[in-house]
Amino acid sequence: MNTHVHDRRRFLALAAAAAAAPLLTACGAGFGGNDDKSDGSAADDVTGSFDWKREKGTTVKALLNKHPYTDALIADLKSFTERTGIEVEYDVFPEDNYFDKLTVDLSSGRASYDVFMLGAYMVWQYGPPGWLEDLGPWMRNSSATGAEWDQADFFPNLLQADQWSLKAGAPLGQGGQYALPWGWETNVVAYNTEVFGRLGLKPAESFDELTELAGTIKRKAPGAGFDGMYGIAVRGSRSWATIHPGFMTMYARNGLKDFTVDGGKLTPAMNSPEAVAFTEEWARMVKRGGPPSWTSYTWYQCSSDLGAKKAGMLFDADTAAYFQAVKGASPASGKIAFHPGPEGPDGSLATNMWIWSLGMNAKSKKKSASWLFLQWATGKEHLRKSAITHNHIDPVRKSVAEDAAYKDKMRHLPGFLETFETVVDQTKIQFTPQAQFFDATTSWAAALQEIYGGEGAKSVLDGLADDLAGKVG
Amino acid sequence: MGWRLTLRPYVLIVPALLLTCGILYPFGLGLYYTLFDFSASKPQPDMVGFENYRAVFTQKAFWNSAWVTVLYAVGAALTESVLGVAVALLLHRATLIGRILEKILILPLMIAPVIAAIIWKLMLQPSVGVVNYLLRPFGLGGVQWTDTPTGALLSSIAVDVWVYTPFVAILALAGLRSLPTSPFEAAAVDGAGWWYTFRRLTLPMLWPYVLVAVIFRFMDSLKVFDIIYALTEGGPGDSTVVLQIRAYLEAIRFQRYSFGISYTIVLWAVVYLAAMVLVKHLGKIQRKAAEVTT
Repeated sequence: MNTHVHDRRRFLALAAAAAAAPLLTACGAGFGGNDDKSDGSAADDVTGSFDWKREKGTTVKALLNKHPYTDALIADLKSFTERTGIEVEYDVFPEDNYFDKLTVDLSSGRASYDVFMLGAYMVWQYGPPGWLEDLGPWMRNSSATGAEWDQADFFPNLLQADQWSLKAGAPLGQGGQYALPWGWETNVVAYNTEVFGRLGLKPAESFDELTELAGTIKRKAPGAGFDGMYGIAVRGSRSWATIHPGFMTMYARNGLKDFTVDGGKLTPAMNSPEAVAFTEEWARMVKRGGPPSWTSYTWYQCSSDLGAKKAGMLFDADTAAYFQAVKGASPASGKIAFHPGPEGPDGSLATNMWIWSLGMNAKSKKKSASWLFLQWATGKEHLRKSAITHNHIDPVRKSVAEDAAYKDKMRHLPGFLETFETVVDQTKIQFTPQAQFFDATTSWAAALQEIYGGEGAKSVLDGLADDLAGKVG
Repeated sequence: MGWRLTLRPYVLIVPALLLTCGILYPFGLGLYYTLFDFSASKPQPDMVGFENYRAVFTQKAFWNSAWVTVLYAVGAALTESVLGVAVALLLHRATLIGRILEKILILPLMIAPVIAAIIWKLMLQPSVGVVNYLLRPFGLGGVQWTDTPTGALLSSIAVDVWVYTPFVAILALAGLRSLPTSPFEAAAVDGAGWWYTFRRLTLPMLWPYVLVAVIFRFMDSLKVFDIIYALTEGGPGDSTVVLQIRAYLEAIRFQRYSFGISYTIVLWAVVYLAAMVLVKHLGKIQRKAAEVTT
């Protein structure tokens, strides 16, 4: 009996030790991923003359976000495979889940995807941990990059937006090239010409006028035959995405900053007296002329409200209006015009932008093939075809923007080309680059919701600034 | 032969042992991670001891989230229990309509909570949602359901109630159908009224079943994520940021892994303690119910 007890204890002790072994191993092993990256770029391994067929027979895996730009890419993938002999396998996720999927995948340290879509803000999050391949060496290597790729053809502000030194507060356009611009969006005002005509309205040239205009449309449009129409569609959900389109554009046009940078130290500036006054005014505009249930509004709702004639104006990405404006896309198609939006007090048309970029996984085992894919996807031929035969508008390349066929295609949209040409040089990322971008802007959106709900702007923004001061460095 | 008999019990517990390891391994690893300053910006972190827990407990946002979580869990579990028992009592009479309603009642349980939240989000939309459309004749067509902190919390609880009340009702109905009939027959012979019978017989005997449902619902509501995130994303402001959403934001969106896991460990401790108290209470209730039955 005693022996039995003894045996059981010994067995349990051995079993516990066996169970603990992997735990201890894992503890010792550290925190996921591996650290086997070398200092030299894999681009240095590519020598000889440039050859599209260099990686024939390889398969590249891509993670893509559901978007009309993606549809244009997928529609043209056959020509990439014909040119290179490289197959592309891809997964497409809706935007709500896309970045979570990408973040988890990259942070795991695996190379499930060789290439993926990302925004320039994501470079600030994915760059510092070393998840993104620096594409600079690939771009500079003439064996890896064909002459026709023509780096100088990109709008310089777009190429610079994906270039960063990985130091908080350091300006963009210096350091590694962590992604390539592929499609972008500038934030402007789109409006329903029918309601503007019937009410005798003109687009706003100042922020005060915009607030007034939004209120007027909400008051008068239903009586003029536009049942349930409100003034202006702007995003309001508790997300970073609420801050970056119309809000940040108007904020920047007022000469306001998110952070001030002094000797590499970031200080939140969204509670400066001018920023408080602007934020109060923005919330007032939404209350007077914004959408009902604004706190749940994403770009999908804003865009579809413009198309459904529920919104008189949209202050958001030009693409969000474009997808409603194309023939047959919505009840408002053919009645949507574009305008740069209100100027700042000093006439500024500083505009914030979003860039759909393409990046490469630093852990990819197929970097050479992945680079060929990135080169093709951001090349003149594919982008021209996508802009002309699909809905890949807002060209990242000057040659496409100036292409006669592209202009012919866009000319039927009143004000689109003029607006694009007016703001293109003043459009850049208006945020201060830093790794806590998503925390800062999500909290900023929550603060905006509280102010909209009636809380005092100063106390809410002071609280936000206090909270962020401890997080950004 | 002897060694086979000795070994048999140990062989039989191997699946349970593997299962236990499968549960304990990630849990232990998670606990271990909370002792480090581990984030995307610090992939090779330093040991910081209990600093993450100190930071969690000193964060104003944590106490706000804890309060919202408790409000949500109590509100949802309580409402679902009361409504669930009421529905079960109505369905207990085995009429044809009752049997049809039983089948319909189970429908919300077959829908993923996140889908239910999206459906309700559309229905609660102020201008095009069906809820305001139905309320319009009563002069209540302009309610902005999720635009205010109270409205957002109540709307989230309402969706939870819509999804899970049938669960409580089904458990309570099963309990009602398993009760002995003799005490009720005796009460009827004595001329006891419906309310007296319900208070003195039905409810005391039904309590163990109801409490099981309450335990499940309360624990689940403390861990809620999907319904609130799909409906309000935690807004407006921080008004519906429950602990699970805070943990998700910290660990996944903001990539502060250790800090995010610390939130989940704190939540686990809260759920564990709540479950312990409720299960202890369940034992007492069961004993009392047994006394009533005898």
